[in-house]
Order: sequence, then structure tokens, then C-alpha cells
Amino acid sequence: MTRAVVRQHVPSTPEREPNVDMTAHLASLVIPSPVLTASGCSGFGRELDGFFDITRIGGIVTKSVMWSPRSGRATPRMAETPSGMLNSIGLQGPGVQAFVESDLAWLLERGARAVVSIAGGSVDEYVRVTKFLRDVKGISALEVNISCPNVENRGQVFACDARAASEVMSAVRRAADPAIPVFAKLSPDVTDIVAIADSVVRAGADGLSVINTLLGMVIDTDRMRPALGGITGGLSGPAIRPVAVRCVWQIRQALPDVPILGMGGIRTGLDALQFILAGANAVSVGTSVFNDPSAPLRVHRELAKALEERGFGSLEEAVSFAHRPEGYEYEGEPEE
Amino acid sequence: MPIQTRGEVLDVKRAGAYHVITLTAGSIPDQARPGQFVAVAIGGGESGLLLRRAFAIHRVNSRGVYGGTLEIVVSVHGEGTAWLADRRRHDPVDIVGPLGRPFSIPRDPINCVLVAGGYGSAALAMLVEELHSRGCRVDLVLGAATEDKLFGVLDAKRLASTVTVTTDDGSTGIQGRVTDVLSDVIDRSAADVIYACGPMKMLQAVAEVASSHGLMSQCAVEESMACGIGVCMTCVLPVIGEDGVTRMVRSCVDGPIFRGDRVRWSDIGTVPVGTYGSMPLVEETS
Repeated sequence: MTRAVVRQHVPSTPEREPNVDMTAHLASLVIPSPVLTASGCSGFGRELDGFFDITRIGGIVTKSVMWSPRSGRATPRMAETPSGMLNSIGLQGPGVQAFVESDLAWLLERGARAVVSIAGGSVDEYVRVTKFLRDVKGISALEVNISCPNVENRGQVFACDARAASEVMSAVRRAADPAIPVFAKLSPDVTDIVAIADSVVRAGADGLSVINTLLGMVIDTDRMRPALGGITGGLSGPAIRPVAVRCVWQIRQALPDVPILGMGGIRTGLDALQFILAGANAVSVGTSVFNDPSAPLRVHRELAKALEERGFGSLEEAVSFAHRPEGYEYEGEPEE
Repeated sequence: MPIQTRGEVLDVKRAGAYHVITLTAGSIPDQARPGQFVAVAIGGGESGLLLRRAFAIHRVNSRGVYGGTLEIVVSVHGEGTAWLADRRRHDPVDIVGPLGRPFSIPRDPINCVLVAGGYGSAALAMLVEELHSRGCRVDLVLGAATEDKLFGVLDAKRLASTVTVTTDDGSTGIQGRVTDVLSDVIDRSAADVIYACGPMKMLQAVAEVASSHGLMSQCAVEESMACGIGVCMTCVLPVIGEDGVTRMVRSCVDGPIFRGDRVRWSDIGTVPVGTYGSMPLVEETS
């Protein structure tokens, strides 16, 4: 942790770019912005490009891609909840081959940084998808969505079992292009997220995406049935932000050097700053995109301004800053 | 391309069971085509209601004193729509649009029957004008549960050759459903094509009547959606493609206008067997 410089109150006009180095490091990946999209909330980037220049943010994290095309689940797939939403899409997607030929080709041609999220129903499927992607030049990183039921183990979700999660991560790491980092996306629906984090890092994960949705449920009181076709769904949005910040904090405390991509309910630059201070090296903006399609670039700007206002010259200085020891001298801190 | 703009409320009017809201909306009114919609954010930047509400673009005026304006018709049935109906003049509203594919407009001056259920007629007003300006004959069928849930009847009479009104309770017009009178209207007007907007059940019935007359129908669906711009994948329904294959398609970007004979109306809310990419034995989470 670097000591922050003296806080100067700089009156900022909207035109002036804050004087903060926003370069983010996620393992071997170096990106000019610490703000990315979140998997499942930005499609394959194309729709958002009309609302903001997608090459200006850290990257597009694609919707999870599997081996074969998938229809996804029956509707209703969505229920609005206080400060959030529940979704049960069922990983609808084109399959890895069509994804590479069409969606990924567009994204790379556009000049955006592509973090490809992959999913599978078995270790073998994860590996097949990874090997297919290995031949594609230009992918910035892989994010492994391990919140999938293992069809070979009674639908037990990989991410909820340290051994299953590790098996996937070590197999994917071995199969992937050694030059690109592989991140494991962790589920918060576990007793001890630090134990899972530790296992997947030992298994070869280069970094961690923290967190996936929380499993939730809504009952429709008119129909007196579950609101979602899939019965349960993933809770996302600002409602889960405190859970996500806690997970980032605990993992950072236990694993001081592991790269963390933080996410969960980020809507503003100050929300993103919480994750950075808790230990995230970069952040993903997910569900808030549904509310504000230009949110990722706005969050980048707001975060840069917030960092400058607090006297940071670079994003890097702020990473994990909330973990500094008691009595740590920080000239920017307001006096008691 | 859709844009995101900060608009302003100019007017909120009651119309039967509905509210008609006039908004400034940047360049959206200039771009909007009949059948397209806007997605409106609820409650400002800190709102706990995160998801935008989608509304058909009822009318546009691209040359007003306030620049481009548009009208939406709101039926209050929850916290979000109540918030919108409660807006006052000059309140800011964040709008994304125009969204979705518009109705296909015939090249020749043919005979068109337009069918609306409830405030579905809001989505047809621009279409009526467009068809009329191209010399098409327009006959309208407007139906609702009760008189106060009809929308735009007087307005419809301005340009349409005939307007037939039905209500479930007979409080005005003919007692019954739109499909009870539709065959007669089709015959009487020598219809070439049917356009429809309203609840799914009504669209299904209209599409069936159209097909039984050998006519093409264009139906504007109302599916609940989280984003409106094509990224969330929540607003899907099973639609048969040109290749004969059923796919789960997004009503926001692939619709909201679909050919009535292509939507698998009875299978909405399911993933029909044989749908592209369906694997009924495999369960995955989001």
C-alpha cells in the first residue's frame, strides 16, 4: 500500500479529466480503466456500444458461453426486487463456435478488450470450450463461471464445493492459452468464501471475480406460485453490494496478493471505490446497466473524480487502502 | 440507433383508466417509427426500482416549442407506473429509445384492419396516421373489459373508415371480444392485412382469425423486460424463424412486432420441445 499524497481540493469542471492514473492490473492483464462490464449484463457488447464507447472502459465481460447453443429457461425469467432483481435465464447463448465467429469477432474487430466468460455442465465441457478459445487471438482473459450445476454430481454447483471448483480451475488453466489470465468467478452462497478462494488459487486460478449472484426466490402473491419459471434465481443489484464488499474484504485479508475483480451492485463511482478500498484491483458494473446503459463509462469517470478528491494519484494506491493499519498516517484523512 | 436522453415532463393527462404523459425526449421523436417503444427509468439515480418500464410511443411531435416531444400512455398497476403518473410539469425523466423493430408499412394503398385491446391502441396511433397518409383504408377494432379501459376511441374516428368498439361487460359498443367482430370487419373492409396490439391472449386470437382468412397479421407483444436494449435476455418468447426452427427471441430487439403466424402463442412461458438449443434434461443456473 502506497501512502496517499496530500489531499488538495481541486474544483472540478465536467470537461477536465481528473489527474489520476486509472491503469488497472489484473494478473498479467494491464488495462487503462478499472471498470469492466459484468457477465450476463452486457450481452456481447454490441448493444452497449451505441450508448458509450466500449473501447474506453477496461473491458467487456461477455455473457457466459458454453459448448452448444442453448435456449435458456422458460419465462418469466425476471422479477424486480428492492434495489435489485432476480433472474433465471438459464445461460441462453449461441454456443462457443457461433460466439467466436460472430459475437467475439465483432468485439475484437471493434477494438474492445474481451474477457470471455465460460460455463459448463462438466469439467470436460469447460475444457472443450477453453480449448476452442485457445486458438482465438486477442482474448484478454477468461472468466470461469463455476456457478453451474455439475451434471455428473447430482447438479451440485461447482462453486459451492472447494474440490469441484478446483478441478474445473486446474483443468481450464491447463487447457487455456498460458499467456492470458484465467479468473474464477466465486459464488457467495458458501459457508466460507475464503476457503473456496484459497482452493481455486492453489488450483491455478490467476485471479478471482467476486461475486456472482445470490440464490433467491420471489413468490407471486396473485398467482400464489414462484414468480420465476425457474423457481429460484440469482439476486443482483445494489441490494447485494454489502455482501459483495464483505467478500472482497475477507478474500483480500486472507490472500494479500491475489488479483480481484470486484462486483455486486455497483451503480456509482463511490460504490466502485468501496470495492477498490476493500481490495479489488478492478470492478465490473452489472445490473446497473439495465437502469443506465451508459453506467460503466460514467462509473469510470466518477471513480476517477472520487480518487482525485481523496488525494490519490493512481488507482493502484487506493487498492486495499481500507485495510491500512490503525494509526496509519494519511494526510488526506479528515481530522477528528 | 437508440439513444439515452434526459427528458422533461410537459404534461400528465387522465384518459379513462390511463394517464397520457407528454415528454421532451431529445432526438427520439425524430427517429421514432410506428410500433417502437421507449424505456423509462423510475425514480432517479438512487431509486430502489432499478428496472426501466417500457411504453409504446403513442405520438410524436418533432417540431414543438420544446423541440421533439413524445407521448406515452401509462396504466398504473405498480409502484413504478404510479411514480410516473405522479410526475409534474418540468420533472426530469431518463428515457432510452426508440427501441424495437417498427411495424412493416405496405408500399401500396391496401386495406388494413387494426385491432387493439385496452391501451394497446396507444401503440397504433402513429401507424394509423402513416397508413392513412399512404392512402390505405384503415378500419379499427377497439376492445376492453370496460368502457373506462378503452383508449383513443374518439381519436380513432378521425382517420379510420370505421371504428368498432367491444367491451366484455357491454358498458359501451358491442358486448364481447374483439375477435367476435373481427371476421365481419375483415369481410366488410376487404382487408389485406391485420395489425394488432394488446394482451397475449388477444393477439393469439387475432392471429388465428387472420390466418383463417388467409391474411398476414403483425402483432405488437408486451413481454416484461429488464433492459429493453437486448442485453438481459428476460423478454424472450418462442418464435418460428424463416428456416422453420423455433428460437427463444428477444421481444425488445427482435420484436416487439412479430408476424402472428410465427409466434408460438400457446407455448409462451415454456421452452417448446425442439426449440433451438433446448436441452430439457440439463439444468443450469444463471
